[in-house]
Amino acid sequence: MSLVEIHGISKSYGTVQVLKDVSLDIAKGEVVAVIGRSGSGKSTMLRCINGLEPIQAGSISVDGVKVNDPRTNLRKLRQEVGIVFQSFNLFPHLSVSDNITLAPRVVKKQAPDAAREVAREVLRRVGLEEKLDAFPSQLSGGQQQRVAIARSLAMRPKVMLFDEVTSALDPELTGEVLKVLESVAKEGMTMILVTHEMGFARRFGSRVVFMHEGRIHEEGQAAAVLAEPKTPELQTFLSAVLH
Amino acid sequence: MIRTFGTIDVLYLIAAARWTLALTAAAFAGSAVIGLILALARISPIAPLRWFTAAYIHVVQGTPLLVWLFLIFFGLPLIGISVNPWLAAAVAFSIYGSAFLGEIWRGALISIAKTQWEAGASLGLSLYEQLRHVIVPQSIRVAIPPTVGFLVQLIKNTSLAATIGLVELTREGQLTAAGTYKPFAVYITVACIYFAMCFPLTQWSRSLERRLDVAR
Amino acid sequence: MKYGLQFRDIFAAWESILDGVLTTLLLSACTMVGGLVIGVACAAAKVYGPGWLKRIVTVYVEVIRNTPLLVQLFLIFFGLPSFGLRLDGLTAAIIALVINLGAYTTEIVRAGLEAVPKAQVEAGHSLGLSGLQVFRYIVMFPALKAMFPALASQFVLLMLATSVVSQISVQDLFHAASIVQSRTFRDFEVYTVIGVLYLGLAFAFRGLFAGIYYMAFVRR
Repeated sequence: MSLVEIHGISKSYGTVQVLKDVSLDIAKGEVVAVIGRSGSGKSTMLRCINGLEPIQAGSISVDGVKVNDPRTNLRKLRQEVGIVFQSFNLFPHLSVSDNITLAPRVVKKQAPDAAREVAREVLRRVGLEEKLDAFPSQLSGGQQQRVAIARSLAMRPKVMLFDEVTSALDPELTGEVLKVLESVAKEGMTMILVTHEMGFARRFGSRVVFMHEGRIHEEGQAAAVLAEPKTPELQTFLSAVLH
Repeated sequence: MIRTFGTIDVLYLIAAARWTLALTAAAFAGSAVIGLILALARISPIAPLRWFTAAYIHVVQGTPLLVWLFLIFFGLPLIGISVNPWLAAAVAFSIYGSAFLGEIWRGALISIAKTQWEAGASLGLSLYEQLRHVIVPQSIRVAIPPTVGFLVQLIKNTSLAATIGLVELTREGQLTAAGTYKPFAVYITVACIYFAMCFPLTQWSRSLERRLDVAR
Repeated sequence: MKYGLQFRDIFAAWESILDGVLTTLLLSACTMVGGLVIGVACAAAKVYGPGWLKRIVTVYVEVIRNTPLLVQLFLIFFGLPSFGLRLDGLTAAIIALVINLGAYTTEIVRAGLEAVPKAQVEAGHSLGLSGLQVFRYIVMFPALKAMFPALASQFVLLMLATSVVSQISVQDLFHAASIVQSRTFRDFEVYTVIGVLYLGLAFAFRGLFAGIYYMAFVRR
C-alpha cells in the first residue's frame, strides 16, 4: 500500500477550478518532485495533503487515514505530515528552541527537557546546533528555512511536504537549504517537493510530476522525464526554466 | 453660604479624582472581560456568533454613552432591578467600553498573518493552542498602544457619571462651583487634573506605538 | 414586581422628540462644518507652518484631547460669564463642540496629509509644479481618501457625543428624553426609544458618509 494516496481530487476557488481530477500514489521512502508553472495547482495539491485546503471531490489518504473525512482527527494527522513553507513561517516571538519544541510540548506532551534534547538533535541534523537560543530575526533566510525544516523533523513525521522552500531565498542561500533536503532524503524520509530546482529534482527525485492547468500532465522517473519530455507543454516549461 | 475657592478646594478636587480612577479601573476590568469575549467571537469560525457580536458592537457604537447610563440607572429600577450609581456607571461603561476594546483587540488578532495560524495548524496545534501559543503572544504587542489610548478615552468618559450624581472629579467640580461661585477657576482646575491623568498616558501610548513601528 | 412595557405615552410626545432630533441634527451639522474648517486650518499649520505656530496647534490639540468634553462645555457655559461673556446654551454648545471636534480633526487631517509619500511630492516638484499645484494635483486627492474613513467615524462619534449638551439645558434629543420622562415616568421606555433614535441617526450618518466615499473615491 502506498503511504500517500491521492484519488481523483478536484478543487475550485469560486468559478476557477485549480485542481482537476488529480491522482497520485507515493510509496514509502519516495522523493517526488512536483514541477510546473505558477498557477498550475502544484502548491494547492500539496496543501490539500495535510488538510490546509479542503477538496471538493475525490479522496486523499495518508498511511491509510482519510484526510477529507470529517471524522478524521486532523490534528493527529498533521503530526504525521510535516510541511515546510516558502516563507518559513517561524514564530517570531519564540526562540529557535521554542519554535521547535512548541508542538512536541503542547501536542505530544513531551517533557521540556526531553523536547529540548530533540530540538538539539534536529538542529544538529540541519547544522545549526549553535543557534538553539537565537531568535528568528537574528538568522539569515537560509538559516530560518533550515530551522523550519528542523521544526518539522522534531515531530517525527511519516511524510514531509516542501512548498517551494528555496523560492524566497537569495540565490547564494539556496545551496545550504538544498544540502539539508539532500540529507533528509538520504535518511529515507518520504518527501513531496514543489520546486523550481530542476538540478535537485534530477539528482534526488525518484519521480518527477509535471502539473499543467490543474492536471498531472506528465510524470515518470526523474532523469528520463527531464531528459526526454514527451509533451510540448513540458518541453516549453523546461526550456523556459533551464535557460 | 458663599465661600472662596482656595487651596483646600483644589485638594478636595484632587482627592475626588481617586473616584474617577476607581471608576476607570472598574470600567476597564468590565470592558476587558466582555471585550476579550467579543474579540474572540468576532474571529471565531462559527458564523452566528460573528453576526451576533458584530450586531452588538454596531448597536453600542451607535448609541451615546449617556443613553446607556440613564437606561441602566433610571430604567432598571422600574423593572424591579435596583442599582446604585456606582453599579450603574460600572455596568454602563463596561457595555460601552467593551464594544471599543473588543474591536481594538480583534484588530490586533487579525493583524497577525494567516500563515502563522497555518504554521501552528500544520504542527498539529488545536485552534485554542494556536491562539494561546502563537497568535495572542504576538498580538499583545500590537494591542498595547491602542489599549492605552482607550484608557484615556475611558478616563474622560467617566466624567459623564456626574450626570447620575456619582461624585467623581466632574461632580465634585459642579458642587464646588455651586458653593464658591467661581466656576471658571473650578473647571480650569478640574480640566488640569484630567489633563494630568490623561496626558502621560497619551504620551506613553505614542511612544509604544513608535517603538512598534520601528520594530516592524 | 411586574412592570408592563408601555410605549403609547412616549409616542404621544412625538413633537418634543422630533424637535430634539432636529436640534441634534443642526448641532451635529454645524459642528462638523466648524470642526472640519478648524481641523484643516490647524493641520495645514502643523504640517506646513512655522515652528511657533506648530507649537500652538500642538498645545491646543493636546489640551482638548486630554480633557473631557463635558468639562470643556461647563467651562464655556458656566465659566465664561465670569468674564462678562454670557452665551446662550446653544451657542455655548456649538462653540464647545467645534473646539473639541477641531482638535480630533486636526490629527486626522494631518495623518492624511502625511500619508502621501514624500517621493510623490518630490516627483511633482521635479516636474516643475509649484507648491500649490503639487498640493492641488498630487497631495489633495489621496490625502482626502486616506483621511475620509477616520473622519467619518469621528463625525459619528461626535453626533452621539452631542448628547452631553443636554447637561446645559440645550433641547437636543437627549434633553427631549428628560421632558418625556417627566411627563410619563416611563424611564426605561423613554431611554430605549431615544437610544433607538440615536442608533438610527448613527446609521443614517454612516450610510451618508459611505455614499459620499463611494461617489468621490470608488466610482470615478
